Amino acid sequence: MSFLNHLINGVSLGSIYAIIALGYTMVYGIAKMLNFAHGDVIMVGAYMCFCATTYLGWPSIAGVALAVLVCTMLGVVIERLAYKPLRMAPSLAVLITAIGVSYFLQNAALLIWGSSTKSFTSVVGGQPIQLFGGQLSIAPVTIVTVLTCIVIMVVLTLFTSKSKAGTAMRAVSEDKGAAQLMGINVNTTISLTFAIGSGLAAIAGVLLCSAYPTLMPTTGSMPGIKAFTAAVFGGIGSIPGAFIGGILLGVIEIFAGAYISTQLSNAIVFAVLIIVLLVKPDGLLGKRVSEKV
Amino acid sequence: MAMLEVTSLGISFGGLRAVDELSMKIEKGGLVGLIGPNGAGKTTVFNMLTGVYRPTDGGIRLDGQNLIGKKPNEICKMGVARTFQNIRLFSNLSVLDNVKTGLHNEITYSLMESLLHLGSYRKKERAMDEKAMELLEVFGLESVSDYKAANLPYGKQRKLEIARALATDPKLLLLDEPAAGMNPNETGELMETIELVRKKFGVTVLLIEHDMKLVSGICEYLYVLNFGRLLAEGIPGEVLKNPEVVTAYLGE
Amino acid sequence: MQKLKKYAASKAGRDTLLSFGIVIIAFVVMQAMLATGSVSSLVQSLLVPICAYIILAVSLNLTVGILGELSLGHAGFMSVGAFSGVVAATTLADAVPFEPLRLALAIIVGGICAAIAGVIVGVPVLRLKGDYLAIVTLAFGEIIKNIINVLYVGLDGAGLHFSLLEQRFELEEGGKMIINGAMGVSGVSRLSSFTSGFVLVLITLFIILNLINSRAGRAIMSVRDNKIAAASIGISTTRYKLMAFVISAAFAGMAGTLYGMNYTTITAAKFDFNTSILILVFVVLGGLGNIWGSIIAATLLTVLPEMLREVGNYRMLIYAILLIAMMLFNNSSLKQRILEKRGMKQMEKLENAGQSGKEGA
Repeated sequence: MSFLNHLINGVSLGSIYAIIALGYTMVYGIAKMLNFAHGDVIMVGAYMCFCATTYLGWPSIAGVALAVLVCTMLGVVIERLAYKPLRMAPSLAVLITAIGVSYFLQNAALLIWGSSTKSFTSVVGGQPIQLFGGQLSIAPVTIVTVLTCIVIMVVLTLFTSKSKAGTAMRAVSEDKGAAQLMGINVNTTISLTFAIGSGLAAIAGVLLCSAYPTLMPTTGSMPGIKAFTAAVFGGIGSIPGAFIGGILLGVIEIFAGAYISTQLSNAIVFAVLIIVLLVKPDGLLGKRVSEKV
Repeated sequence: MAMLEVTSLGISFGGLRAVDELSMKIEKGGLVGLIGPNGAGKTTVFNMLTGVYRPTDGGIRLDGQNLIGKKPNEICKMGVARTFQNIRLFSNLSVLDNVKTGLHNEITYSLMESLLHLGSYRKKERAMDEKAMELLEVFGLESVSDYKAANLPYGKQRKLEIARALATDPKLLLLDEPAAGMNPNETGELMETIELVRKKFGVTVLLIEHDMKLVSGICEYLYVLNFGRLLAEGIPGEVLKNPEVVTAYLGE
Repeated sequence: MQKLKKYAASKAGRDTLLSFGIVIIAFVVMQAMLATGSVSSLVQSLLVPICAYIILAVSLNLTVGILGELSLGHAGFMSVGAFSGVVAATTLADAVPFEPLRLALAIIVGGICAAIAGVIVGVPVLRLKGDYLAIVTLAFGEIIKNIINVLYVGLDGAGLHFSLLEQRFELEEGGKMIINGAMGVSGVSRLSSFTSGFVLVLITLFIILNLINSRAGRAIMSVRDNKIAAASIGISTTRYKLMAFVISAAFAGMAGTLYGMNYTTITAAKFDFNTSILILVFVVLGGLGNIWGSIIAATLLTVLPEMLREVGNYRMLIYAILLIAMMLFNNSSLKQRILEKRGMKQMEKLENAGQSGKEGA
């Protein structure tokens, strides 16, 4: 029965990684950059929700809405101010800028909220559901997390494949110049992508802190890196890939912690990533891109 | 025995048959052209000859030695050098260093000598400098030897690429559209240079070209490729009059 | 004299002279200031870390700037060097009483261990490309950190004892723990000094600059500029990628030993992803492939946060803003225009030279 418990915890954690990874993969697909600040947007989202519910006494749903709103705007602002001027610059320059943005967000949070950990109240209340005479217990937040993740995945897939804006997004990620010639507003499309990615990060932040209720300025960095790993794992740029990668990563992490060693669980997660990339250099569902000679 | 022997060479990418049943023979010292309309598979042939792609079937032999399955750097060591259709220079290195890099396997010294600049380092570096300058002089590039390769004008970049290929002391030199983007004057100059190189370095040349003036002017023998298959072969005068070749180029 | 002038005019010569010049002058000035007692204890405490960071930046520049592959796990090699160096120094404490020699041996051991780690990491990693390669180096850095975090090493009369996850060995009377899991290393005698750091910086510069200006260095740069062309002229791209990566790891390991031996306690957590990023920032701000740029960036950016201590809590915020501002300026259209002008000038000069040549003939 403990196996089933671990599996459920794994899928729950994996769903959070998957939501972050979905945002990451979209941003990477369009901006071709490792956005290291993405993890810190998660942290900002969690703080926003925390402030709304704990300090202002808003209902949970309003807290989540505030988090999504603030992070969406934050994502767009970051892109406009820090990344847009570097669109023609070498990718390393953008990477370092993203790291600068990450430091900025972490230290701004440190100044505003202090370094002490805040204990986050779960946005999903209620008693855990007991099954098999109490041997298996599932927290409501787990169910909400998994469902949210599935809904987001489905909506995003439909959005990118069916809607006009989604098609524009795919066009811009293929070829910015050609998309522009086809009359697509590249800047708007990129902004929209950052907005969606950051909004997802906010949701992930709230769910993450509901499941693991310690909130501090560095809360987002490790999940951010792991979610990126998940995106690479599944094949970066691919929406189903990010979903599968996220779930797998969460399950592997929980199982490694439960059956091998909690101290080595991160090492094992990264080792699996390395093995996957060596066998499939473009991730599980990634497209093979070969250089023309 | 021919120097380069290609037998029933073929390659597929997924379901696409890019080259099929291609056989060629090139004698030592020859200057042979590989022509055909765009997308006929000419560069793919070069990529197979140099180990960039592995053919799905057929054989390639250079002086009797098998080239199939060898890596590009091994094939270069066996004596095949090439240039690229979309010029591939080491753009951040100087013109001189581009050619010196080509001498990598010609003039060698150990890693220890590299790290400590001891032993034969100075002597070998000087030898490399001299050899590289000689090559640059052949192409009239000696005055720009310290320029960054990326800052050269287009025509000079093409020449530098040939110089770099020659630095590897090849038996067989593959030139992929050497005259692309050149004006008639430059093309004329290039033809002379190719002739000169062949005599001076005793190298066999196989070239891909669209410029018919160049092809008929210097090539001794032509292979015509169309849709990955050999359409015709023979001396330029006859091949270029062949109605099938004319159709392939000009359409129905 | 004429020869020196010509040497200084060439790019290789200018880089070499500038790199050594900066380091030697800085060392002499610092020594003079130390002698007159005009250096604050804060700055004194930064001298060895600055030397270590210079070596780390220069070595990472070999991977990122010269080889052209992004590595996000340089701190992992630093960590391997630091811990293996400490183990070596502790083991040799009785056998080699002369401290500088013991430090030198520890640094060599640290370098060798990091080089071995470099081979283990490099062989699989270098098969990947671009961002995939970067994320895998990051993964390896985290794995190294995690493993050292659960590593137990003890020393007694019977020799060294190792175990993972928990201490599975009993030490004899008089034995001592060297690495104690997540607690790391404590109670080490501090062997590093500013002078030893300075010497190690000079050795690093000598070897890496020599490498760049050699047959092997050109091969590495050719792989960076165009892998397919490099293979087409007979260069084994795998061999030279691995060579650059391993040499880079070895120097990171040596710097790690130097750094580790400067403190009485060190833990694996110090050598995390953020440290790797810090070193990468030195390299990017100093300029890719620019060795003296790495030296200056490593020094300034190590001192800068300390200088900003006066602004208290705002210092890292200001650091972050400066970092973003510098990157934006570096790639701004203003700087671009200046560079373009320079490129155009070279083109023009070339065309003029060509024309006058023709007229002459």
